[in-house]
Amino acid sequence: MVDMFFFVVFGLAAVLAAIGVVAQRNVLYSGLLLVLNMLSLAALYILMGAQFLGVAQIIVYAGAVMVLFLFTVMLLGGRPGQASAARLRGQGALAAVLVALLGVDLALLVGGSLHLTGPGGATPGQVGSVEAVAQVLFERYLWAFEATGLLLLVAVVGVVYLVRGGPATARGKDRRGG
Amino acid sequence: MSVPTNYYLLLSALLFLIGALGVLVRRNVLVILMSIEVMLNAVNLSLVALSAGRQVADGQALALLVMAVAAAEVAVGLALIVTIFRHQGTVDVDDIHLLKG
Repeated sequence: MVDMFFFVVFGLAAVLAAIGVVAQRNVLYSGLLLVLNMLSLAALYILMGAQFLGVAQIIVYAGAVMVLFLFTVMLLGGRPGQASAARLRGQGALAAVLVALLGVDLALLVGGSLHLTGPGGATPGQVGSVEAVAQVLFERYLWAFEATGLLLLVAVVGVVYLVRGGPATARGKDRRGG
Repeated sequence: MSVPTNYYLLLSALLFLIGALGVLVRRNVLVILMSIEVMLNAVNLSLVALSAGRQVADGQALALLVMAVAAAEVAVGLALIVTIFRHQGTVDVDDIHLLKG
């Protein structure tokens, strides 16, 4: 009963924040609503007994990723911006139709054929503890974990190269411009 | 766990739809990236819900890996956006048409 109450509260918060992210005109507010969305999801994870993932969600998403987002918004001067002249005609209607189709598909999938009642024998919270997740992560998925580390390294190197703008071009241009 | 797994899956589907709508409708590339994050989070929610519902920790390990990949994706995507903004002076995807014939 208490679980249901918290599920409704945080689920509603997550959905409303997601709608806000999409509908909000100001990019900065979109980013801040995205933080709310991620925090609600972290609360839902903890509600499900996945404590480790809930904490990781807060640290990684609400911490690191959102700092990146907000930093970029500030850097680019998050003004609303005027509507562009070149506009795809019927974009909204087409998007609504496509999303409605996807919605019907997902509703059929979740409501119809899937029957996902768990075995229910284990005590809840056992499977989401740090020990349980680490056991799976470092035994069965060790290689995937190591590959993730490599991916992050490559991403860092790529980002530094991209933002630096190549060896000579951007810097030379800046010097000539200034 | 007193909340049925299917409720979590429905919530996840709803969040995914909202994110997809954002990607299709919005034209600010930053908001598009944020909508992609909403979709990734929705998938993570369904992974964790199934993992908790079936009492198997594999789904949570996978969700953790998805988080790491999403962080890398955001970093590279934002670097691309900053570079494009430097060259083109815009973050509107309709104004970025260098490859249009």
